[in-house]
Amino acid sequence: MAKAKNNTLKLKFDTSWQYAPAPESKSIASIKPRYELFINGEFVKPSSKKSARLNDDSRSGGYFDTINPANEEKLSEVAHANAADVDKAVKAARAAYDKVWSKMPAKERAKYIYRIARMMQERAREFAVIETLDGGKPIRESRDFDVPTAANHFFYYAGWADKLEYAFPNRTVAPVGVAGQIIPWNFPLLMAAWKIAPALATGNTVVLKPAETTPLTALKLAEIIQEADLPPGVVNIITGAGATGAAIVNHPGIDKIAFTGSTDVGKIIQRAIAGTNKKATLELGGKAANIIFEDAPLDQAVEGVINGIFFNQGHVCCAGSRLYVQESVYKTVLRKLKDRIETLIVGDPLDKNTDIGAINSKQQLETIHNYIKIGQQEGAEMYQSSCALPGKGYFCRPTLFTNVAQSSRIAQEEIFGPVLTIQTFRTEDEVIEKANNTSYGLSAGVWTDKGSKIFNMTTKMRAGVVWANTYNKFDPTSPFGGYKESGYGREGGLHGLLAYVNLV
Amino acid sequence: MAKTTSIKKTSNTFSENGHGNGNAVESKRVEVLKTYKIYIGGQFPRTESGRYYVPVNKSGKKLANVCLSSRKDFRDAMESARGAFGGWSARAAFNRGQILYRMAEMLEGRKAQFIDELIQQDSTPAQAETEVNLAIDRLIYYAGWCDKYQQIFSAVNPVASSHFNFSVPEPTGVIAIIAPQSDSLLGLVSVIAPVIAGGNTCVVLGSFDKPLCCVTFAEVLNSSDLPGGVVNILTGKPSELASWFAEHMDVNAVVYCEKDEATQKMFKEKSALNVKRVVLYDKVNWYSDAGQSPYFINDSQEIKTTWHPIENIGGGGSKY
Repeated sequence: MAKAKNNTLKLKFDTSWQYAPAPESKSIASIKPRYELFINGEFVKPSSKKSARLNDDSRSGGYFDTINPANEEKLSEVAHANAADVDKAVKAARAAYDKVWSKMPAKERAKYIYRIARMMQERAREFAVIETLDGGKPIRESRDFDVPTAANHFFYYAGWADKLEYAFPNRTVAPVGVAGQIIPWNFPLLMAAWKIAPALATGNTVVLKPAETTPLTALKLAEIIQEADLPPGVVNIITGAGATGAAIVNHPGIDKIAFTGSTDVGKIIQRAIAGTNKKATLELGGKAANIIFEDAPLDQAVEGVINGIFFNQGHVCCAGSRLYVQESVYKTVLRKLKDRIETLIVGDPLDKNTDIGAINSKQQLETIHNYIKIGQQEGAEMYQSSCALPGKGYFCRPTLFTNVAQSSRIAQEEIFGPVLTIQTFRTEDEVIEKANNTSYGLSAGVWTDKGSKIFNMTTKMRAGVVWANTYNKFDPTSPFGGYKESGYGREGGLHGLLAYVNLV
Repeated sequence: MAKTTSIKKTSNTFSENGHGNGNAVESKRVEVLKTYKIYIGGQFPRTESGRYYVPVNKSGKKLANVCLSSRKDFRDAMESARGAFGGWSARAAFNRGQILYRMAEMLEGRKAQFIDELIQQDSTPAQAETEVNLAIDRLIYYAGWCDKYQQIFSAVNPVASSHFNFSVPEPTGVIAIIAPQSDSLLGLVSVIAPVIAGGNTCVVLGSFDKPLCCVTFAEVLNSSDLPGGVVNILTGKPSELASWFAEHMDVNAVVYCEKDEATQKMFKEKSALNVKRVVLYDKVNWYSDAGQSPYFINDSQEIKTTWHPIENIGGGGSKY
């Protein structure tokens, strides 16, 4: 019996070579000590001056702090909108819709959206730094991905504004009215762009609420919108937490809700708007399967898996959080993965070498730690990188779990952190069953060198976005959204227009 | 009054045809009556509950002892529908078109029976004929769409990175439908056809007051090469079953066609349990041109976007 020879070289990382710190300068970011609400083209104080605890849903008002999760220092304080502020914003949006925006020729509308895109590009670096300071994501990601993609999104949809009659054959397109948009903290600026750009292009006006832990880039976007001379009230940006979001959802003047966030909150919204004529698009959670077949280019696949789960600290709804490896290559893949996570640099998000930045908030870090505990209690085997973590701030080591049962909570529930579960399979049928055995259906990944297998797999995955031999790729022209409990409606591309129009 | 006469007239006509010689009163043939049963997984069981109800037409004639389907019947039907989904959604679009066309052929062949049933259920002969003709034509219409709507609703997306990227519609899954209660045949066909043309499977509750056609339509389905379980048809009370339709955790979308706001709200509210899609057709006139379009197919489709890298090694592109 000849022993299988292993020709793969093991990389050595225990050398004395270290990356020197390469921090991006903070000086480009101008952050005011306090931000007001952007309503009707102006920054206005919240109507209640009395401060209330952020997560106290019964009260809102005053101001709340937004901190840098990488060092727990206060960056600024932002206004806490209450129901009266929401009402003001919705009324401003309605007036702007009735009097200005719905009447403006589409090509003029387009030019405003183009302006926003351009100004965003001009101030891209500043946006990137603020995004990283406020949210904890590595500067490389905010600089090379979040901000440029956000600007591109405005460019893409600007062009649609005067071409809508080509989008839906045999139908005329009418705007919906006032859109209430609630976005999460994982891609604060990009999500704002995903929401605002198609809404404006199709002739709607908006009230947008960024997440309470990452309000700054949306407020900077408000500054741009002001500079771009967008008619007052077309875009209103108000800050707050759950109670503010609920006030938007329940406001009778809202015609459409666009929400990106957790499945739990998505369900609350779906219930809340029952009995109204409000339209909705929901982009909710995910628990994507990332599948490696034995014939895959393994090094590429491992890179894809790493990107799939550790991109943006795993705070990605489409993160490839369930890895399925064909049994014959399991050992090799596992070793390569362990080697690779050992090389990931966890630390200062502003450092250009950093791969994994700060967990967005203390609360989220606790959630992740809790799931790591659950995984161990359920009998899964844990492996973590041995990297050092900064003394201050919210950080989490990249984490792998093996010996995971399909029924395990860490394989069923969305963790939203840098935690990967690994399972094995023998046949295509088996992995299709396992991959689809989830209430979610946002995304999936497939790694194989065989074309016919790719198409079999991508067709069989019950998910809205399927990446084959790649992962976590996004583009303004490419529709994004889920099956099943991952929500409904699409954002991006031609299909993303449908969310903001009525077909007549 | 006119209606009462027409029912008698129709049934006379039919019995006369049946006799061949309508002269000898003593030898009058005894008609074989049909038991109206429900349709689950390609079979015609009675409701497991044993319950029945007797719909009555305007002239007071009892139409039949009709199954009053239960929650368990619905669950059984759901199991069949889910079981049939993999096979039906994977069928070639062309083949789905062939089967829908076959359904139209079968319906055409049974035209007289449907007209008779509609007349029994208070339609005038002219109305009945129009409804049946439209129902047949609607099946043909959607048969043709089976391998075309994908081309209307898909896209190749010009992404900025070196990837090939395309978006195509795929069926949403298992759809629970409460068919239009008034247009008992045309409405039924108009909501089923786009759903199955798009590769979904479904459980359908027919008209409560006019249940005859939905059961007979099941017989059409049964003889049309439509695999068992793709369409499951129940008879019963919408007010009793609607909430089970909305709550069932394996239903991917619900279709409701009435204007009843309380039920609409209930559907939207309970559908949140597993983020069902809720499709309301309360403003559609099934007799009009607007009663059919590929957008009805699109209502039970999900858009799937697929990415694959494009190798980018060579220098310039071909110059020719």
